[in-house]
Amino acid sequence: MTTFLQAVVSGLALGTIYALLALGFVIIYRATDVVSFAQPALMVFGAYWAMYFATVIGWNFWVAVVIAAVLGAVMGAVIERLFLRPLVGRPVFSAVMVTIGLDIVLRVIVDDLLGINQRTMGDPFGLQTVNIGGITIPQSDLAAMLGAILVISALLVFYRTTKYGLAMRAAAFDQEAAMAQGIPVGRMFGLAWALAGSMAAIAGTFISMGNSSLSRSTWVFALRALPVIVLGGLDSIRGAIVGGLIIGVAERLVAAYQPGAAPWLGAGFELVVPYIVMLVVLLVKPYGLYGTAEVQRV
Amino acid sequence: MATRPRMIRSHRDAMALVRTPTRAVWLGILLVFAFAAPLWMSNGLLFLLLAGLAYIVGAIGLNLVSGYAGQLSLGHAFFLAVGAYTAAVISGPSTQTTFGLGINEILVWLPAAGITAGLAGFLVGPIATRLRGLYLAIVTLGLVLVGDHVLRTWTGLTGGVGFGRQAPDPTLLGLDLSTTGPILGVDVARSALLYWFSLVVVILLTILALNLVRSRTGRAFQAVRDRDVAAEIMGIDLTRTKLIAFTVSSAYAGIAGAMLTMRLETIEATQFNLLLSFLFIAMILIGGIASIPGSIAGALVIAILPDIAGPLGSVLTPVFETLTFWRADAGFPLDEFQLEQLLYGALLIAFVLLEPRGLIGLWVRVRNYWKAFPFSY
Repeated sequence: MTTFLQAVVSGLALGTIYALLALGFVIIYRATDVVSFAQPALMVFGAYWAMYFATVIGWNFWVAVVIAAVLGAVMGAVIERLFLRPLVGRPVFSAVMVTIGLDIVLRVIVDDLLGINQRTMGDPFGLQTVNIGGITIPQSDLAAMLGAILVISALLVFYRTTKYGLAMRAAAFDQEAAMAQGIPVGRMFGLAWALAGSMAAIAGTFISMGNSSLSRSTWVFALRALPVIVLGGLDSIRGAIVGGLIIGVAERLVAAYQPGAAPWLGAGFELVVPYIVMLVVLLVKPYGLYGTAEVQRV
Repeated sequence: MATRPRMIRSHRDAMALVRTPTRAVWLGILLVFAFAAPLWMSNGLLFLLLAGLAYIVGAIGLNLVSGYAGQLSLGHAFFLAVGAYTAAVISGPSTQTTFGLGINEILVWLPAAGITAGLAGFLVGPIATRLRGLYLAIVTLGLVLVGDHVLRTWTGLTGGVGFGRQAPDPTLLGLDLSTTGPILGVDVARSALLYWFSLVVVILLTILALNLVRSRTGRAFQAVRDRDVAAEIMGIDLTRTKLIAFTVSSAYAGIAGAMLTMRLETIEATQFNLLLSFLFIAMILIGGIASIPGSIAGALVIAILPDIAGPLGSVLTPVFETLTFWRADAGFPLDEFQLEQLLYGALLIAFVLLEPRGLIGLWVRVRNYWKAFPFSY
């Protein structure tokens, strides 16, 4: 029972980070109809900035996280302005291809900056744990969960209640109508990318904290957020959150039980669980749990 | 009539593979050049070209499903792996760690690689045909990552990470293509024989693809890509068309996987990763979407990148060294693999932004400019 609860709790912590990353994808998708494959690179870059300011320069870790989030936003906005804006009006296919190219290029650059060693993030948690009712939770997990919830709530408040959030939703709903109302749709695209960039940076920092570390292979983590958005539905914010939690918990439950129950599935099987969950759900619901089904009109 | 060779008088002429005498001449020159390549090329370059030939097959396959049928697939690396391992299992002997059939006849294992991979495509198809657009891209991406896990785990097939298994052994009708030695009294290098064989395979598969895309099925592909609802109303069976596209494309990928590995000593389980899929995406975008000659051009460009990466490194390394302030670690020079990635990533972005029709589009622009020279239009 303790194993189970422990797996569920750490799964929820993981799930909130997945949700954070997935929201980045969803916001870009809603604004521009593009799934950004550049997100892994932005995530590693963001985590790199946090690590850099916290350990190389030696500033306070939380200050470093804020700087990383700001730099992530700047990178997202600049990328959108330089590489994605010229493609507005062209097939989605092209824009997706550019994000793939960007991911390749940015990842080479950040890999080079990072070097070949694993880096600790300089966070205050280390390997310390908290004991709640017999369940041992790493402090870093708890901090990541709370931090992610905070960021997600802030985003939701921004998106649902502020003027800019309304403008973003309007632009996502109908670009031409939004333009007719005087909303600078191009700037909303930039804003979406900036938000996604800073969320990726924060998520990257959170997953590298505690007993994990930042290395050249960290980027694969962001790819596991792709099943999350497909599971929840590409354009659904609720789907990103629910999907993130489902996949986080599923991954950690498998990690806890599969080595004992089905060792023939191999080491690291939990890392492909997100994709398997995604495939199963898609067989039943091709637009995910909450995605808008496309209506075909003739 | 013979004085107006460019005049097209019938549908048959318009759809011909070689439409004008000029093209026939250039095609002939190109073929002579391609067949003569091993006679003057260095072994290193020939080795790259061998990869290039395999890339051509794979790129044509990807262009059929993504360029012609419009189904964005990031799962190409998975089907390459299926082909490569089918070939390796059929041709390789059973050892203590891996199983194999020990039939090293290339005419057996190369088609088998295509058939198995095609079958895999056919099995994945039903999931794929239910999905549209980016959902499909993400699912096929998942396929590569799940496939990667299977390859890492199934050591009987792959020999395990870090060990690998023997690559397919090319023997054509009893003649071992992988040895050096006199053949009919002439000294021929190992890669030359492999090259000629691969070239013939590539030519056959290219003709097959060209014929496919100008057939009823090929037109159905393009109708589905341009507007699937409209295509369906015209009486095109969407599921069937997508399934054919996936199956044929995967079969091409399987053959490409076998060809890509047969020039090597061992196959590593980790080489069939997402980057390989991206590499093929880069090929068709650089060459030209929905163009068979484009696929060939793109594949060759990507194949010779390793040769360009060296000189590029001497230019870029000083640039990257200026970043010392931002570095977490003492400087690591970019390795060749990273330079290659940097190069094809940049090419990918540049082509999509500046010339979406790829090298073929560039060529058409140049040709049209000179056709009407000195009048710009």
